[in-house]
Amino acid sequence: MTAFAAILGRDLRLAARTGGDALTLVLFFVMAAAIMPFAIGPDRPTLQKLAPGLIWLAAFLAMLLGLDRLFRADEEDGTLLLFRQAAVPLEAVVAGKVIAQWLLTALPVLIASPILALLLSMDMTGWGRTALALLLGTPALTAFGTVGAAVTVSLRRGGLLAPVLIIPLAVPVLIFGAAGSAAADGGGAALLFLAAISLVSVAFCPFAAALALKVSSE
Amino acid sequence: MTLDTAAPKPNWFSRLAHPGAFMGWSRPVLWPLGIVTVLMFAVGLWFVFFNSPPDYQMGDTVRIMYIHVPNAILSELVYGVMFLAALGTLIWRHPLADVAAKAAAPLGAAFTAMALYSGSLWGRPTWGTFWEWDGRMTSTLILFFIYCGIIALWRAFDDQLRAARIVAIVTLVGGLDIPVVKFSVDWWNTLHQPASLTLGGSDLPPAMLIPLGLMALAFTLLFVLLELIAMRTEILSRRADAMSRQAAARAA
Repeated sequence: MTAFAAILGRDLRLAARTGGDALTLVLFFVMAAAIMPFAIGPDRPTLQKLAPGLIWLAAFLAMLLGLDRLFRADEEDGTLLLFRQAAVPLEAVVAGKVIAQWLLTALPVLIASPILALLLSMDMTGWGRTALALLLGTPALTAFGTVGAAVTVSLRRGGLLAPVLIIPLAVPVLIFGAAGSAAADGGGAALLFLAAISLVSVAFCPFAAALALKVSSE
Repeated sequence: MTLDTAAPKPNWFSRLAHPGAFMGWSRPVLWPLGIVTVLMFAVGLWFVFFNSPPDYQMGDTVRIMYIHVPNAILSELVYGVMFLAALGTLIWRHPLADVAAKAAAPLGAAFTAMALYSGSLWGRPTWGTFWEWDGRMTSTLILFFIYCGIIALWRAFDDQLRAARIVAIVTLVGGLDIPVVKFSVDWWNTLHQPASLTLGGSDLPPAMLIPLGLMALAFTLLFVLLELIAMRTEILSRRADAMSRQAAARAA
């Protein structure tokens, strides 16, 4: 457990000291959603209707873009090899990194979401539902993303490949997330499905990702 | 002192699945299998065009079904084959499982694309649109994307041994995810619009069931034939690679 906490703390410290990564991600998230009115038009009722979907799309893209740094730096400086030798199983290491990744990508996005709610003229309850759905759904996105990042870690040009692999697999998250954010009726079931997907994928994906990491460094 | 050579005798499957033995038995199979496939298509198409009734609502466009449905079945069947091959790669580390998975991916993508294409051709005269966000169509489209991702992953690796295991992991994760995708898409669609586009296809009359069964069998044989050819090509190209590497090493 201390090793687990050490890995989690290490990733957070690294992100804090090299700085800027989480902030850039938030910037991307806000910008991606803020340029959508230019494409759709500034009509407020339309924007209000589309807002939950737009926020979900922006969060989806932001989390996919943040994937590449999950294992890349560790692979390049050899930390991954040390992790494989460690007494802690690699699955636990990956689980620690999943939590760190969620704290570094999903949490900033959640914190920044009120800004988008203002820009896209959402009301308070609408934002609340969207934030709740993001809170329940983003762990699944991070978990799927971890598999994508682990699978492409040994590829130099893997940056684009991980999203291409992950997007079709993550469609259920987007469906239930958007439904849970938008509909007052039937939203409850969608949120429950979202939570179920998150729980199962967070439990399962570290094993798949750790297996991929082991295979990659053989 | 004698060497202990009493290794367990391989069962019939591992004897058939040895790559060298595979090259041996698959070669004489190809021509007969090809002829049977062609005959099957000939009989099936004859039934489709001359010996099956037009639908009382859709008329002759119902004949697209005999191409569309077999392709749709195969799009999922081929993923099943890839799933089994992925298990073979990860559990037994069998080289032939790697080759089978690699050969199946483009075939599966092609069958899925054919299912989508014939479906949109069928949808235009009957529903009045090439594309509808119907649950089954949408999940077929996502299945096509998954196939494309897997093919891209195969092509991104230089080392095919490592690629096989990595792709096997993705195939297994995808295989577990596909039912969730199907469920979520159905749920999403019924939320947006009631299922108005379902065809009463479950109770087909025998006059339609016979050509459909024949065509499904013909397309399955086509898949087996193409899979065998693609596997043989892959094994030969790996041998050619190994030989050119050996030649280069000797020259150096």
